[in-house]
Amino acid sequence: MQSSDSLGNLGILVAIAGGALRGSIPYIYVSLGECLTEKSGRINLGMEGILLMGAMTAFAVSDQSGSPWLGLLAAAFVGGLFGLLLAGITELPGVNDVAAGIAMIIFGSGLAFFFGKQFVAPMAPQLPVIDFGQGIANAGVHAALRISPLFVLGIAVAFLMHFAFERTRWGLHLRAVGDAPDAARSMGIAVRRHRVVATTIGAALAGIGGSHLTLYFPGIWSEGISGGQGLMAVALVIFARWSPLRCLAASLLFGGAQALGPSLQSAGISGFYHVFNASPYLLTLVLMVLSCSRTRRLDGIPGSLARRG
Amino acid sequence: MPKPITRRAFGALCGAAPLAAAGTADPLSIGFVYNGPKNDLGYNQAHAEGKQSLKSLPWVRAFDEANVPETVAVEESMRNMVYQDHAKIVFATSYGFLDPFVLRVARECRNTQFFHCGGSYRDGGDPPNVGIYFGFIDEVEYLAGMTAGLMTRTGRMGFIAAKPIPQVLRNINSFMLGARSVNPNVTMRVVFTGDWVLPVREAEASSSLADQGVDVLTGHTGSPRVIVQVAERRGIYATGYQFNQSVLAPHGFLTGAEWAWGVVYRKYAEMVRAGKSVVDGSIPRRMTGTLKDEFCRLSPFGPAVTAEKRDAVAQAKRRLLDGSQAIYRGPLRDNTGKTVVPAGRTIGIEETALDQMNWLVEGIQGDVRS
Repeated sequence: MQSSDSLGNLGILVAIAGGALRGSIPYIYVSLGECLTEKSGRINLGMEGILLMGAMTAFAVSDQSGSPWLGLLAAAFVGGLFGLLLAGITELPGVNDVAAGIAMIIFGSGLAFFFGKQFVAPMAPQLPVIDFGQGIANAGVHAALRISPLFVLGIAVAFLMHFAFERTRWGLHLRAVGDAPDAARSMGIAVRRHRVVATTIGAALAGIGGSHLTLYFPGIWSEGISGGQGLMAVALVIFARWSPLRCLAASLLFGGAQALGPSLQSAGISGFYHVFNASPYLLTLVLMVLSCSRTRRLDGIPGSLARRG
Repeated sequence: MPKPITRRAFGALCGAAPLAAAGTADPLSIGFVYNGPKNDLGYNQAHAEGKQSLKSLPWVRAFDEANVPETVAVEESMRNMVYQDHAKIVFATSYGFLDPFVLRVARECRNTQFFHCGGSYRDGGDPPNVGIYFGFIDEVEYLAGMTAGLMTRTGRMGFIAAKPIPQVLRNINSFMLGARSVNPNVTMRVVFTGDWVLPVREAEASSSLADQGVDVLTGHTGSPRVIVQVAERRGIYATGYQFNQSVLAPHGFLTGAEWAWGVVYRKYAEMVRAGKSVVDGSIPRRMTGTLKDEFCRLSPFGPAVTAEKRDAVAQAKRRLLDGSQAIYRGPLRDNTGKTVVPAGRTIGIEETALDQMNWLVEGIQGDVRS
């Protein structure tokens, strides 16, 4: 019995497309945040911890206040605080930002698990849905076209960031700070201030990415909610070669890859599911191999990141 | 005639009063270790509720620790329970706790009895103060599947499972057999996610299944709460597992198979209080139970299930309990066409033959090979 609701194998494509639109959102925000941070010449490896902290905060605040938007703001605020903390620590003499970032993963996830304990069970008010598929009879296509407001906002942020890097004085200064901090300093640009601001805003974006996990899809708080997405998004920035627009595209690719395993099995293609389930991770590896080169350094890498080898 | 209270008698009374209040002995200390959070609306919460139910026994002092990893960390938790809290019983609720962690601590702490949920005990090698408990929930899955089979309109169901291990396959097959018993044309798709707690992948799988026209979703993961929640959002039905998940889906929740570990824990507490021990065999090495023993139960029906359908399920429950209906009754074929239970043979759910299950029954689209 084939119902009119079913799309058969076409359903795989619809599911992957839908998965790309739903599942890409944490990647979009974390990779944009990381892109901003790295443009200033700093690395924030703590994004995984900040993502979890954002996810937990958004859920808790939405649950307590009844307003998912307040949850979203709180997640951005807490993310920003973490960014500020990391930026402050790394500006101290002799602190390695990679080590500090790893400490942030452990601190952020530990704190999120600690405070998240009382919020595991209940549901929290969820973000509204923007329905682009109104009037479409097929349930699968309709579901794929129900878009999160965070997705629309994410696209806007990517373009805004691209514009800021290319066309504004602040963006030029930030790139100068990242490419050649000494030259920037001699020009009178406040290197430290640019780095602190970039790291803080970058972490706030990751906090927003976390709120998507608990306030939209899947829409629960669980300690396994991030599943390493914060770390993969950091790798994604390298693949996207520090361009916000390419970050956006790469995030969509990862979101789609995440949906590949489940949607193939749902359509009845059940072999090798471990391989398909691992596709986002495999994709990360393949892209890293493809994007490395023996002869030239990575295009677009901020100079101060390239030089420390 | 009341005796006048002398100063000496008064003193003796005061001294004895606390003893009298505490009963004849110290309270029985019982420790629990869980692998995950206590409020996951799933596996761990089912055990934590079981621990809570010990409150009804005033002579028990129960304590627990959640989020204990399946590493040497669990050894430390259990040692603390034994040495500091003087636990006489420790319940290790997660599969990975047993070998080598429970075994090692049990060898060291001979005066405490350790009971592990779902493991296997090797005679001869393993310490004598370790016991195993588990329940067979096939009948409840069968009844939940029956409810799903009565409710589906598209004739398609979806099952999201963590891993293709026998215990999970039994639940998938008994759910399907229940559905087929009332709706012979029903089909079911199985998605394996690969691990017990993967909320994003479970949600992705639930969405994909809904895209494929599935209108009843269920699953066997650490907690199927994401599955139930996505089903509600997509406007389709769901049945739960592990714990009562009805709060997550006020419209589409049908019923579910849930554990009732409190029955088991109270039983163990009574036995140990009576001086019994797994070491001398007065407590069985392996304690198992079924629907009849109330180790597990059906969640309350959701509003979508009509009285008529509830009645049909209740009658099937009666037949399962009195033995006139069986789940694994031949002839049964798997989804590759091979006969797995020959005609004339019925496998009872407590038979060990089922512990080696490696097949999916006819009508299921899915693959047990990884």
